[in-house]
Formats: sequence, C-alpha cells, structure tokens
Amino acid sequence: MNIMFYIAGAVAVAATVVTVTRLNVVHALLYLVISLLAVAVVFYTLGAPFVAALEVIIYAGAIMVLFVFVVMLLNLGKAEARTESGLLKPSMWIGPGVLAAILIAELIYLVTAGTGGAYPAGMVAAQQVGMALFGPYLLGVELASMLLLAGLVAAYHLGWRKPSRTEVR
Amino acid sequence: MQLLWLVPAIPFAGALVLLVFGAALSRKAVAIVGVGTITASALISLLIAGIYLSAPPAGGAYQQYLWLWIDVGSFRPAFALYLDALSLVMMVVVTFVSALIHLYSAEFMAGDEGYSRFFGYMNLFVASMVTLLLANNLLLLYLGWEGVGLCSYLLIGFWYREPANGRAARKAFIVTRVGDTAFSVGLFLLFRDLGTLNIQDLMQRAQTNWAVGAAAAIAAAALLLGGAVGKSAQLPLQTWLPDAMAGPTPTSALIHAATMVTAGVYLIARTHVLFALAPPVQFAVAAIGAITLLMAGCSALTQNDIKRVLAYSTISQIGYMFLALGVGAWGAAIFHFMTHAFFKALLFLAAGIVIEALHEEHNIFRMGGLYRELPIAFWVFLAGGCALSGLPLISAGYFSKDQIIWSAGASAIGGMGFWAVALVGVLLTSLYTFRLIFVVFFGEPHTPVSRRPGLAMVVPAVVLAVLSVIGGYDRGPFMSFMSKALPGFVAVPGSGVAENVSSAIAAAAFLAGLLGAWFVYLRQPSVAELLVANRAGSALHKFWFADWGMDWLYDHVFVRPVVWITWANRNDILDSIYDGIAALAALSWRGLSLTETGKLRWYAMGIAAGTVIFVAMVMFL
Amino acid sequence: MVPARDALLLAAVLFALGLAGLLVRRNVIFILMSLEIMLNAAGLAFVVAGQRWGQPDGQVVFLFILTMAAAEVSVGLALVLQLYHQYKSVDVDAASRMKG
Repeated sequence: MNIMFYIAGAVAVAATVVTVTRLNVVHALLYLVISLLAVAVVFYTLGAPFVAALEVIIYAGAIMVLFVFVVMLLNLGKAEARTESGLLKPSMWIGPGVLAAILIAELIYLVTAGTGGAYPAGMVAAQQVGMALFGPYLLGVELASMLLLAGLVAAYHLGWRKPSRTEVR
Repeated sequence: MQLLWLVPAIPFAGALVLLVFGAALSRKAVAIVGVGTITASALISLLIAGIYLSAPPAGGAYQQYLWLWIDVGSFRPAFALYLDALSLVMMVVVTFVSALIHLYSAEFMAGDEGYSRFFGYMNLFVASMVTLLLANNLLLLYLGWEGVGLCSYLLIGFWYREPANGRAARKAFIVTRVGDTAFSVGLFLLFRDLGTLNIQDLMQRAQTNWAVGAAAAIAAAALLLGGAVGKSAQLPLQTWLPDAMAGPTPTSALIHAATMVTAGVYLIARTHVLFALAPPVQFAVAAIGAITLLMAGCSALTQNDIKRVLAYSTISQIGYMFLALGVGAWGAAIFHFMTHAFFKALLFLAAGIVIEALHEEHNIFRMGGLYRELPIAFWVFLAGGCALSGLPLISAGYFSKDQIIWSAGASAIGGMGFWAVALVGVLLTSLYTFRLIFVVFFGEPHTPVSRRPGLAMVVPAVVLAVLSVIGGYDRGPFMSFMSKALPGFVAVPGSGVAENVSSAIAAAAFLAGLLGAWFVYLRQPSVAELLVANRAGSALHKFWFADWGMDWLYDHVFVRPVVWITWANRNDILDSIYDGIAALAALSWRGLSLTETGKLRWYAMGIAAGTVIFVAMVMFL
Repeated sequence: MVPARDALLLAAVLFALGLAGLLVRRNVIFILMSLEIMLNAAGLAFVVAGQRWGQPDGQVVFLFILTMAAAEVSVGLALVLQLYHQYKSVDVDAASRMKG
C-alpha cells in the first residue's frame, strides 16, 4: 500500500509541474486532470475512500469540465499558444521560483520539526463521514448550499451579456 | 465721598457713548457729551476735595472698594479706589485741566472729521488716567497705565490718513512699551517676593522684609523706574515725545504736557518707600532727571516747530520733577507737577491759537509780530512762558522750581552738582522760552492772521493763565498738605546754600536767559547767524536739533538689525519645517503609489511574499 | 501505513507549485487553474490531518473546500468571459486600469 502512495504522489507532482509550464491551455487542463486523479489515489491510500470518490466526481469531473467549456467558448487554441510563448519567458520564473522555494523550505522545516511521523489510524469509511455531516456539521452543509446558490446566481448574472444588434433574437 | 467712583466712571461712559454712537450724533451733541462728562468729573472731584479738606478721613486715606477683579489663590486684586492727599491733588488737577482743554477743543477740532472719535478717545483717556491715579493696587494702576498708552497712540495717530502720523503713533507706543515691559517684570518681582500688589500692603511688607539696599528692592525699584522713564519720556526713552506732536494740539496739551507724562512721576511718588529702600536707584532717578533736563533744554534751543520746542520743554520740566523725586523732595515734585500742568497746558493752548490763526503754520520763523494781531494769545503765552522760566515772585513756576533747586543742593543724595545742573537748566529754560516768545510775537510778521479764536478757546487759556500766575502762592499750605501722604524733605543741615541765596541765583539765571534771548533775537539777529555759521556751531546746532542723535542711535542699534533679520528670513525659515513635513508626506505618497500597478499578478506576488514572511516569523520568533 | 509527514510534504510541494504557477502565468485561465491546484493541496493537508486522528472531520472539511472551489470557479469563469468580452484578450495584465 505504501508504494502506491509514493508512486501516486510522484505522478501528482510531475503532472502539476507540467501543467504549470504548458503553453497550450487544453493540454494544461488535461494534465491537471491527471494530477487530480493521482491525488484521488493518494486519498484512497490514506484510507479516505469517500473523498477519493468526491475528488474524481466533483473536482476532476465537474470543475475541470467547466474549465474546458470556458476554454471552448473563448476559442483559445493554437493562436493563443503563440502569444502565450511570447508572454512566458524563462526570466519570469526567477521571482516566483525563489518565493516558492522559500515556501517549500519553510513548510518542510515546519513539518519535519515535529516529533517524528505519526501514522494514519486506519480507514475512515463513508458512513462515518455521512454521520458527521448530518450531525455536528449540519449547519456547515446548509451554509455550503447557500454558497452554491450564491455562486449560481452570480455566475448567471456575470455571464450574461447584452445581445448585439446583429444577433438574431 | 461715596461719589469717588463717578470720577473715572462718567468719562468712561461718555467714551462708550461717543465711540459707539458718535457718528449718529450731531456736532453739538457730541461736544455737549464730550465736554460735559469731564466737567462733571471735575466738579465732583472738586467737591470731594472740599469734603476731604474740611473733614479728612481717618488715617488720611479714604478707600472705596468696588468689586473683586481676580481671585486666584492668594492673588486677589480688586477694583478699589484709594484717595489720599497725593491722589487727591493729582485727580483734581487732571480733571480740572482736562475740562478746560475739552472746552477748548470743542472749538479747535470743530473743523475736523472724526469729531466724535476725538472726544471719545479723550474721554477714555481721562477715565484711564483717573483710574491710574486712584488705583489702590499696582495691577489696576497698570490697567490705567496701559489705557493711557493706548489713548496716546490713538490720539497721536488721529489724522490717520497721513502715514507720518501713524509712524509717530507707533513710535510712541513701541518706545513706551519697552518701559511698560520693565514695569510688568517689576510687578512680577514684587508679587513673587512680597505676595501682594496692594500698594499700602506692599509698602509695609517691603519695609519689614527688605533691608535698605537689598538686591530685590533695587531690582524692583529699577524696573519700576524703567516703566516711569518710558511713560514720562526721560532718558533713554524720550525719543517719542517730540514726534508725538503730530497729534492735535489739545492732545498734546492734555496728554503730553499735563497728565500722561506725569504718570511716571506719580508712580515713583506712590512707591516712594521702595525707592527709599534702594538708594542707588533713587540716585539714578535724580541723575536721569538732571541729565534729561539739560539735554532737552539744549535741544529746545534749536527747534523750529513751535510744538516741538514745547515738547522738549516738557521733557526738561519732567526732568526737574525726577530730580526732585531723586533727592527726596517728594512734595516739591508734586507741587511742580501742579504748576507745570497749568502753565504747560496753557502754552500748548496758546500755541494752538497761534497755529489756527496762521492757518496751520508751525514754523516759528514764519510767524512774527503777532503781539499786535493776537493780543490775548500774546498775554496768555507770556504768562505761561514766565511761569515756565520762573519769573521771580509773580509766577507759579518760580516757587515750584525754586523749591526743587534748593532741595537738590541741600539733600543727602544730591549735592552741589545737582544744584548747579538745575541752575543751568533755569538759564536754558529762560533762553529758549524767550527765544520762542520773541520770535513768534515780535519782529516782522511773515504770515498774515486768518482766524481769530472764539470764546471757547480763549476762556480756558485765560483761566489757566490766571492759575499760572497765582498758583504758586499756596506753597506753604500745599507742602504741609502733601506731608500727609508723602514724607517731608530731609535737608542735610549745613550743606548746600541757604534758600534765599539759591533763589537769588536762580533769579539771576532767569534774567540772564531773558537778556540773552532779547539780545540775540530782537536786538542783533545777526548774532544768531554768526553762532551757527562756523563749523563747531553748526555741528552743535545739528546735533541738538536731532535730540543729541538719539533717534539715529536707536535706528542703527535696534531698528536696522531687526529689519535685516526679517529680510534674511523673508522665506520664513521656520515655515520650511512645516513645508518639509508636507513635502515628506507628498514624497512618500509618490513612492507608495508606485506599488499600485493595477496588475493582478503584482498583488498576488505581494500576498505570497507576505505569507512567506509571516510563516518565517512564526518559525523563528 | 504512510507516515503523515510524507503526505503533508506532498501537500506542501503541490501548494508551492500552484503558487509558482499563479505568479508566473499571465493567462487568466492558468491563474485559475493554479488556484485550483492550491486548493486541492490544502484539502489534501486537511484529509491527512483527519486520517491521522481517525476522525471524519478532515474529510468533512475537504467537502466544504470542494464546494467553495466549485462556487468560486463558476463565478471566476463567468468573470473571465466578461474580461474577454471587454478587453478581447485573456491577458490579466490588460485589466490594469486601477493603476496609480
């Protein structure tokens, strides 16, 4: 089981690196999907099958599809790739690279400075999660639904635009 | 006696009415209010004098408490009036002479705009002066002191459209301010050391707490002397009085001859205990008086403007009063004050008649031959002039001056030096007075007479002339009256000269001056030219004409450096501190606004960097 | 079992990579994608924490994060559409009228 974790982790990291450095948007999106799937496997190896399923269904299944739709609407294809290469020069990586490196160093220090590695205590099944959601976290669930409603209304309103004269009503 | 408070209150009310409503009143109404208030005040003070003389109050002094002014800790000065022999005499003289001068100016100022303003200021002046005289504590006295200073400024610059008048007014105010500052520092010192400003308490505590010659006494007395010197135009603060002649003649008569300039004399007389405790300062008083009377006498000899001659004469006569105070002849100083008020006011009023008659002509060398045209003016002027120079036996000035001269010689502080100076002063006084009379009233007429004075101008002059002649005969009773309030003169037995000898020599000096003036100005006018023709003579003439160079000195020592400093600071260095702060704020704004690029990635970078730093802080701190 | 430390390290690395991508890319779509990567990494950290103690709380929080990410993406992409229609480009530097 452990080895699965490390392989999936490596795949996730590699896929993320590739995502961030692609010029073509669609390619980047697809690599991102791979990264998310790898993370789902990581969840499974940690003993959390519920969120592993959620990750695949919602994150990789819904949110990424939303991205693909928008990319399709904006018609970002090969032409964009050319402008993108103009925008992305190697010199631009210096600042963010340094910042990210410092951050990783700090986080590594923080994580490893503790008292050795604790081990996850077995699997937490979906039933337990469901009981938690309907119990102590009920209010949170309601609030999350309000949030989704707000997101829905906002997305509808912001996405609407006045039809121009030449459009057919 | 309870009516004492009315004496300053009625003129003050008159001033309020005239200054607030004056423009709406008719000329006649203004004159009635302006002259009437002072006349009422004079009558009340005469009434009070009568009551005081017939039934003197216990302890020789009457106090009237009006209200508490300030109540802070142990400092509780009140508006309270104190009437003893000294303040009674001065109050009567001031109100009486003021009433006459107000009557005179009702006609004199009739042709000027600002009629109500003039009477308003004059009334305010009389109210302040009487407050000064009747105050029972030094703070109230200082209030009156400042009030008269203010009115002096307002009245000197009365014809404000002329910039020179404004300059003269400012000069007067600023120079006396120097003295006033010394006075107020003296007040602080007195209060700090003795804990009260009530004059009677002050004198008692000073005597018990301070030994003769104590440093605190010397300091306080010296500072009060500074104030007196400023107000009374003595050395070194005498430069303002000749220029103050820019004001209307009634103002010069009232303020700068008879009343305000004697405020310093009053102050020293009132606080005589303090001066007695500080012998060096008292000597300084006499020395200042002596030097000033000589300097002013010399300057008066060279002046062309009739009012400036009289101004220098005033400075000189007040020098006599200071000399008297300095040698301990307190009563004599006040006696001379009284006679001086009569004849100097008279001289100014007569000069005003002459000036008006010759249509604003001030230069004496353009007058002449007026004794035929203006006989009344001639006779009153002559009476005043004789009183001024001390015509033996038939003028008031003779008696008062003689007293001072003899006292100067016979006192412990004085000595023969002061006596000789006082006699030289008599010679000079006689010289310049008769020079003035001969040049103005005799000789060839250079300017025709265009106006004759009316009754309102003549009557006050005649009244004062009579007083100038007979005012000296009551010297005996006067001196004994004054001894109720002031210590008598202590003569050193065997020193000085006998009174008769002193009087005889003074009479001789008078005659010498009279003859000298007659000779130079009537008999042989060419002699005057000769005296000035040679280099030494003309240099001396110029030097004395410019008041011994004092104006030039002050201009170079004080005025020019200050003007240079203000020129050097014309960009206001201190302001640049605040400009600098503002510039710094603007600079930092410009710097910070560079961080607002409007670019999303820049802000994201900011957030990320901040996060990294915070995590680092959490890790290491 | 996998030590929690390693899983947290994985989360840290993913988060840093997402941050780098956010700061470098000028295309708005890429910025939103990097944001998603970061959210995912944070959620991973939560789940690891919950698993370490054997509680479902970590997974519950992950659910909430997911919900929030979904809402945010929908609104964000709608804004991207508006941006594109206004400026005719997906370069985020084009929308810098708040400069100064």
